[in-house]
Amino acid sequence: MKNPLSDKIISIKPSGIRKFFDLVSEMKDVISLGVGEPDFDTPWHIRDEGIYSLEKGRTFYTSNSGLKELKQEISNYILRTQNITYNPQTEVLVTVGGSEAIDLAFRAMINPKDEVLIPQPSYVSYLPCAILADAKPVIINLKAENNFKLTADEVLSHITDKTKILVLPFPNNPTGSIMEREDLEKIAKIVIEKDLYVISDEIYSELTYKGRHISIASIDGMKERTILINGFSKAYAMTGWRLGYACAPENILKQMTKVHQFAIMCAPTTSQYAAIEALKNGDDDVSTMKQAYNQRRRFLMNSFKEMGLECFEPFGAFYVFPCIKEFGLTSEEFATRFLKEKKVATVPGTAFGDCGEGYLRISYAYSVDTLKKAMIKLKEFVEELRTK
Amino acid sequence: MREEILSLIEKNSRIDLKELAVLVGSTEVDVANEISKMEQEGIICGFHTLINWEKTTKEKVNALIEVRVTPQRGQGFDAIAQRIYNYPEVTAVYLISGGYDLLVAIDGKTLKEVSTFVSEKLSTLEYVLSTATHFILKKYKDHGTIFDENKTDIREVITP
Repeated sequence: MKNPLSDKIISIKPSGIRKFFDLVSEMKDVISLGVGEPDFDTPWHIRDEGIYSLEKGRTFYTSNSGLKELKQEISNYILRTQNITYNPQTEVLVTVGGSEAIDLAFRAMINPKDEVLIPQPSYVSYLPCAILADAKPVIINLKAENNFKLTADEVLSHITDKTKILVLPFPNNPTGSIMEREDLEKIAKIVIEKDLYVISDEIYSELTYKGRHISIASIDGMKERTILINGFSKAYAMTGWRLGYACAPENILKQMTKVHQFAIMCAPTTSQYAAIEALKNGDDDVSTMKQAYNQRRRFLMNSFKEMGLECFEPFGAFYVFPCIKEFGLTSEEFATRFLKEKKVATVPGTAFGDCGEGYLRISYAYSVDTLKKAMIKLKEFVEELRTK
Repeated sequence: MREEILSLIEKNSRIDLKELAVLVGSTEVDVANEISKMEQEGIICGFHTLINWEKTTKEKVNALIEVRVTPQRGQGFDAIAQRIYNYPEVTAVYLISGGYDLLVAIDGKTLKEVSTFVSEKLSTLEYVLSTATHFILKKYKDHGTIFDENKTDIREVITP
């Protein structure tokens, strides 16, 4: 029999999270801090709109790029939050989650051997998607001393004449790091000078706790070089609805739409109707959830301080990324022992890139009560490690 | 900070000061001062416990009574509202827009006790034109809390 498999897909390592997930699944009564999705239910008025659309029989395909009204609302939203104007008909594409948009952007833009700069630690799918699109991925290892921000020097030192795209994953999963205006301006300058494009994954844009999120696309000269990716999962607690979007210059978006059209057809119709309601009337829900996340973030930072665990203060997403180097264990060893000995699940930093070694991703998409229980266990655990 | 403190203690009045200070990103002293100021200003009026009495053995009857009244010159509805809310069995009185004037919540031991209150005390008050009594059969949600809600975390344990 012929080998049924593609060499390319075989060369891609399965997600580092998977292994840990299997380990956790075998155990009972685990307190998990390992989840990358909100603990809130989708606000009722949004769910209700989805139900209503089903009742009305809106169960057909939409146009490939999405419902006109939704694209208009997305365009309005970006105008009011970022002051960028996107033409809803030609520059907005509704996708199956932000993840699909990432894949589409690579597939629409990459020619074989084009280099893509991927800062790590970061979300698990940039690297495999870039490889699947025949890009040559170039990893930039973000540094703790910069609070895991991307610096201009780091970009410059990785650029070659083949570099085409920079992935900008902020607010960042897993570190919680954000890029502020002055940080982005320095990056934008290089991107323009070196004639690059940016895939800016802004899925956590609504969850920033220090000023408002700023998109690199809002910086002069950057809109035409940016594929802005966002979605409904994190801001509106809509992960299972699988709905995201991309905004990009027309020539790029047109090709992304082509891939989307053949691979997906259109994003789920029910989700699209619900998303219109989210954008129209969901601002209060977002700020309520954001306030709760911020309280939890402060709670964790305070707990770390009390137990003397080193952690830079992150101002985005719903993750903290404490340093565990003092214990002389690898991230995986630490997370595995913490799980087995204290029944608390966290994710080793290495699941998000090699430079996550020495760190742990802790999600605060949990109630304060859950976090409290987990922090008692963490305190016990680190004290035991220190006395041994 | 005020509104954030209020929204936290509205949900959990037993939260300790230290935790409250951490959650709102302030100090215990500042939070304590803010709370006592709000008590003095009448913003915080009390700390209550939400109880689902149906789960206890204590017999209790709750009713909501719509009351139509004639407002009094110079005092509007305030004087009549006061005459009503002074009864200890009355747990809440609201002035309402629309088809009637006052909504009175009442707490009694038996149906008879409530109906006696309405017929003998409430409807006989001067300026009360009419009453309509609605007995509460079941409380599903009160003060933003759903009774009998058993929430479990159904998310996958680990996701990227």
